[in-house]
Amino acid sequence: MDEERTLLDKVWAAHEIARREDGESLLWVDRHFVHEGSFHAFSRLAERGANVAEPGLTFGVADHYVPTRGVRRDITNPEIAHMVRQLEENLAKHGIVLFGLGDPRQGIVHVVGPEQGLTLPGLIIVCGDSHTSTHGALGACAFGIGASQVAHVLMTQTIWQRKPGRMRVTVHGEAAVGVAAKDIVLAIIARIGADGATGHALEFAGSAIRDLSIEGRLTLCNMAIEAGARCGMVAPDEKTFAWLKGRPCAPEGVEFERAVEDWSALATDGGAPFDLDVYLDAATIAPIVTWGTSPEDALPIDASVPDPTRETDMARAKYLRDALDYMGIAPGSRLTEIVIDRVFIGSCTNSRIEDLRAAAAVLAGRTSKVPGLVSAGSARIKRQAEEEGLDRIFRDAGLEWGGPGCSMCVGINGDIVPPGERCASTTNRNFRGRQGPGARTHLMSPAMVAAAAVTGHLTDVRPFLSGRKV
Amino acid sequence: MEKFTRLTATACPLDVANLNTDQLIPARYLKLPRSAGFAKVLLYDLRFGDDGHERPEFPLNRPTWRGAKIIVGGRNFGCGSSREAAVYALRDYGIGCVIAPSFGDIFAGNAAQNAVLTAIVSDADAAELMAALVAKPGLELTVDLEQLTIECRSRTFGFAIDPVRRTRLLNGWDDIALTASYRDRIAAFKADDRIRRPWAAPRSVHEDRE
Repeated sequence: MDEERTLLDKVWAAHEIARREDGESLLWVDRHFVHEGSFHAFSRLAERGANVAEPGLTFGVADHYVPTRGVRRDITNPEIAHMVRQLEENLAKHGIVLFGLGDPRQGIVHVVGPEQGLTLPGLIIVCGDSHTSTHGALGACAFGIGASQVAHVLMTQTIWQRKPGRMRVTVHGEAAVGVAAKDIVLAIIARIGADGATGHALEFAGSAIRDLSIEGRLTLCNMAIEAGARCGMVAPDEKTFAWLKGRPCAPEGVEFERAVEDWSALATDGGAPFDLDVYLDAATIAPIVTWGTSPEDALPIDASVPDPTRETDMARAKYLRDALDYMGIAPGSRLTEIVIDRVFIGSCTNSRIEDLRAAAAVLAGRTSKVPGLVSAGSARIKRQAEEEGLDRIFRDAGLEWGGPGCSMCVGINGDIVPPGERCASTTNRNFRGRQGPGARTHLMSPAMVAAAAVTGHLTDVRPFLSGRKV
Repeated sequence: MEKFTRLTATACPLDVANLNTDQLIPARYLKLPRSAGFAKVLLYDLRFGDDGHERPEFPLNRPTWRGAKIIVGGRNFGCGSSREAAVYALRDYGIGCVIAPSFGDIFAGNAAQNAVLTAIVSDADAAELMAALVAKPGLELTVDLEQLTIECRSRTFGFAIDPVRRTRLLNGWDDIALTASYRDRIAAFKADDRIRRPWAAPRSVHEDRE
């Protein structure tokens, strides 16, 4: 076969054990991450008296329910303590490594996997969490699965999947200063919609993507699921290889060289066909914020929120009214008039060292007008940030410096935005009640959150960057 | 898993785009074990007010739609989080089928693992079905997975579903039992793969390298 193939085609073919007549493939899984929420699947195993097929390819991370404040080992809420203990017990029983509370490698699963070098180009990676798409930034095919499939992977190290369609978003040109990966991906979602990539593997390509750091690419692929994509992918390149070299679980020595040789062949061949192709010019992208209750409700910061009375499509008008009503925003308001109550910097989307540096660059020597929490993505990133003095910048600005976990992105560890309050957040979902019942979320980049903190309202970060190293 | 072939039942309209799994089951209920039953927490924050009382205006709280087994929803139904408990909540409430113009992929996959049919219709057909249900509350639909049709009074609409999910629902397959018959092929793949991709195995993580 000499036909031109995409990155997805190559990774898929290397994992296909069998294909049924109906088109579903049985795939080998290279890495399986589990967390506190995976307990339904472990219960399924217990019911069947089954074992984990490949404990050495399964990794546990405590992230969804862990506290970020105070003495973290000391969980006061008994239900939350039970969730963390249940994970520890299930993993110990099956001989699976756990990056648990108190472990120097603990953090958010989608931060820890790449950081430890468990995530590698060309792998198939699954986890019972939709933001597993993040790992595709290194050239893996990584996707979220439900509890039934988690149980299946635990028992067989394989998964039944129909090959997704091939979609490519090419972002050419150069992004302006102050425009981050988060802005690029929000621009893409605003353009194609929250279901624009449904049923497809979404490959990001073009000069603006190549220019992104690995951290930026992780943010990009993290949000691929918010466009409905099965997975997000970026072809591995020299930047990827350099970033992975020396990571604790990555191959080393001659094995690493051999790996780089194989990884270098993964990129999509010139002329390989895509089912859907979308083009964007990075130069046209401004800092972006969301105003509504879906990530597709995103606009450049200098815009105004929609006015339902000007909408001719009745269904769309109703959608706009409902979203604005929930968000407590008057139709047609300028985005920069929206006053916030708090900020959150963290989550698997934007809690890596570069994200913290970008926020700190804006906050240095300035004060936040609102309370807020900064939660590093992993214990390792937290230590690095402290070595760089970033924690002092956040504390001096009046923000809280917390431990790593999913925290206020999903609110199940108790870090919530109180009902009716408005939060400028670096997270991935502005759904109703996502950060807590009645909470109102505006998604944006870490630098944009920092600028909102300084002014107390949504604002363009760019004027705050003049004379600063970003 | 039980098989799904055909369902005739009252259908409730939920005319909301991007009705995500955080709405279908708020995250604070994800700690519940499967045995607890999830019917009560389905769409909790939309069905119930802050004080825990029912919101009378919410469609599923109206007497005619209370026992609905079919939902006609908006675009991108079930997007967001991979939580399978969103499907447990629908199933435990009694919903066997959701009809919408598009679905979140992970949700649709989870539904097929729990005998819940996700039927994809065109925007125009969704709007027509929605209008019919609003005009005559309590109206029954018949959804036929073999024929891929939805009967609404005298009208018949076609629907689509991923053929793999259709087969799984029609047969009531248990994936784990199915995969057991591939044991030898899996073992052979694994042996070959170790030679083909020696770098793919993770280096030991049992020691702390920090």
